[in-house]
Amino acid sequence: MTDLTYREAMRGAIRTAMQEDERVFLMGEDVGHYGGCYAVTKGLLEEFGPQRIRDTPLSESAFTGAGIGAAMNGVRPIVEIMTCNFSLLALDQIMNNAATMRHMSGGQVTVPIVIRMATGGGRQLAAQHSHSLEGWYAHIPGLRVLAPATVEDAGGMLGPALADPDPVLIFENALLYNETGPAGDPGSVDIDHAAIRREGSDISLITYGGSLGKTLAAAGQLAGDGIDAEVLDLRVLRPLDDDAILATLAKTRRCVIVDEGWRSGSLSAEIMARIVEQGFWTLDAPLARVCSEEVPIPYAAHLEEAALPSAEKIVTAARTVLGR
Amino acid sequence: MSGNPAKVRLSREHCRTLLHQMLRIRRFEEKCAELYTQEKIRGFLHLYIGEEAVAVGVMQALAPEDAVVATYREHGHALMKGVPADTIMAEMFGKQEGCSGGRGGSMHLFDTEHRFYGGNAIVAGGLPIAAGLALADTLADRSRITTCFFGEGAVAEGEFHEALNLAALWQLPVLFVCENNLYAMGTALDLSESQTDISAKAACYDIASEAVDGMDVVAVEVAARRAVAAIHETGRPRFLECRTYRFRAHSMYDPQLYRAKEEVEAWKERGPIRRFKTWAFEAGELRESDVAEIEAEIAREIDQAVAFAQDGTWEPVADLTRHVGAERRP
Ligand SMILES: Cc1ncc(C[n+]2csc(CCOP(=O)(O)OP(=O)(O)O)c2C)c(N)n1
Repeated sequence: MTDLTYREAMRGAIRTAMQEDERVFLMGEDVGHYGGCYAVTKGLLEEFGPQRIRDTPLSESAFTGAGIGAAMNGVRPIVEIMTCNFSLLALDQIMNNAATMRHMSGGQVTVPIVIRMATGGGRQLAAQHSHSLEGWYAHIPGLRVLAPATVEDAGGMLGPALADPDPVLIFENALLYNETGPAGDPGSVDIDHAAIRREGSDISLITYGGSLGKTLAAAGQLAGDGIDAEVLDLRVLRPLDDDAILATLAKTRRCVIVDEGWRSGSLSAEIMARIVEQGFWTLDAPLARVCSEEVPIPYAAHLEEAALPSAEKIVTAARTVLGR
Repeated sequence: MSGNPAKVRLSREHCRTLLHQMLRIRRFEEKCAELYTQEKIRGFLHLYIGEEAVAVGVMQALAPEDAVVATYREHGHALMKGVPADTIMAEMFGKQEGCSGGRGGSMHLFDTEHRFYGGNAIVAGGLPIAAGLALADTLADRSRITTCFFGEGAVAEGEFHEALNLAALWQLPVLFVCENNLYAMGTALDLSESQTDISAKAACYDIASEAVDGMDVVAVEVAARRAVAAIHETGRPRFLECRTYRFRAHSMYDPQLYRAKEEVEAWKERGPIRRFKTWAFEAGELRESDVAEIEAEIAREIDQAVAFAQDGTWEPVADLTRHVGAERRP
């Protein structure tokens, strides 16, 4: 397998989807002439033309809503929102229309749309450009929420997302775009299951997206001290793969959850609740988690670093759970 | 020079001020670019180079008690509103002596003492805020105005339309200033607007509007003075579109695939500083020696700002969760 960047894998997936299905088109701010704010769509305007690679005005609500309407009427839109921070301007369309249309029409109207957006902090972009809001979206029935953490998933998740009859949101942690890895086989990627990224027997580290790298680094450090951590990459944030969560827990009986969202009302909280509901008797120790601090992400580098999950914080949390 | 000299006294002193302020912003921005490559400034950095005449011209018409709301491209506006270069620079270094305590950075300069309300990096996010600031003044019967700067890209957002309607409906003392530099990142105006005459949009909310050459500092000042006087007189909002151009990249990451070098060069020919200087020299209002003096003054100010930022301190990590809510509650 050749190595690609996460960005190239995503671009390749978009290109393939557009080549294979004429109904697929992509729209968003600066996806065309600018070349994509993270260069994911670079070159696609030249290849597919302005009908299918559509630069939109700065109108998140309107173009996301238009994507929803188009999806209701037989095409397959990929809507790109620059970052999840700006997706709040489209939240009404996503929540009140995309997520509800099938239900409130009694099953008549469906919205097979894919909405991609960047997420996450770590680049000193401060409090309006750095947040991780995927956990919010994972709250909403009617949506499927994906968080590709590897190059293989970046390349492989879009196809099944477009094939899905319902709205799918893809959160791409912006720090991953330059990561390289094996391209993988897109045909083998599903959008239902979590994946074990590292086998282990002493403790489970459950994470997703941009935190996977930090978590694997933490597992490596723990291994140096004779602690054998298993790392579970959730991949799909809604619906959660409860079976995979309970299976790793049954194996290790201890767990730390790593989530770049804020702690209160977070995805990590939901995972803890499910473990307590369904796996309480398998636990040998209290659950722990590493989240972002309860503060808008600050600009200053040292404060931002302190606000976000880190390998060190994960190691410390794991040791605390293990009592060593 | 266009404009209405009857309303602006182009005394030698005033000419010197206009040139000084435009050059001050230019040199400040150039220093920021340099400090960015040295990684002293991080994150996103949006420079105002080429657009100086807008902030400088408009601010001539504002009083210290008037409020300003700006975007992420706001260093020049902050400087013009009286925020010290020292604390602006320290903010960009992320130091706690910065005007936002190091929490905001380049995109989020705040200084309430100077009634500078950001530094908003959500496109069009500042417009409703400006309406609200003005609403409070109206409710408290204070005769001061709020000026809101934004790019033409913001005009496509719902918040633009909602805020204009509200300001007109409730008769709020807001001066809306659209800095039309023809591109929103890489999206040209005619690719984002069905009606590219922006000032016409204000008209459909029954807001009196004017479009002005934003490369002509005097024309901007004249138009701004007229608008501010009208706001005070009528208590209603006004709209000013300043046609300008950004000489540099959108931010430091932009390869500028969307516009031709020749286009940029052509606009630089009509750059606001070059143009005003030429006029002022020809009119005998300013001499080379004035420029040399101004440059020296600016260099001193900027050197001092950089030193201030460099000597600034990092906020202790223990304070991380400060400024989320009030420290003391009643
Ligand atoms: C709601 C929202 N959408 C997208 C962005 C990303 N973005 C930042 S600046 C910008 C272009 C804005 O252009 P314009 O309003 O014309 O101002 P200029 O940068 O030209 O001064 C975009 C798309 C954002 N910050 N906020």
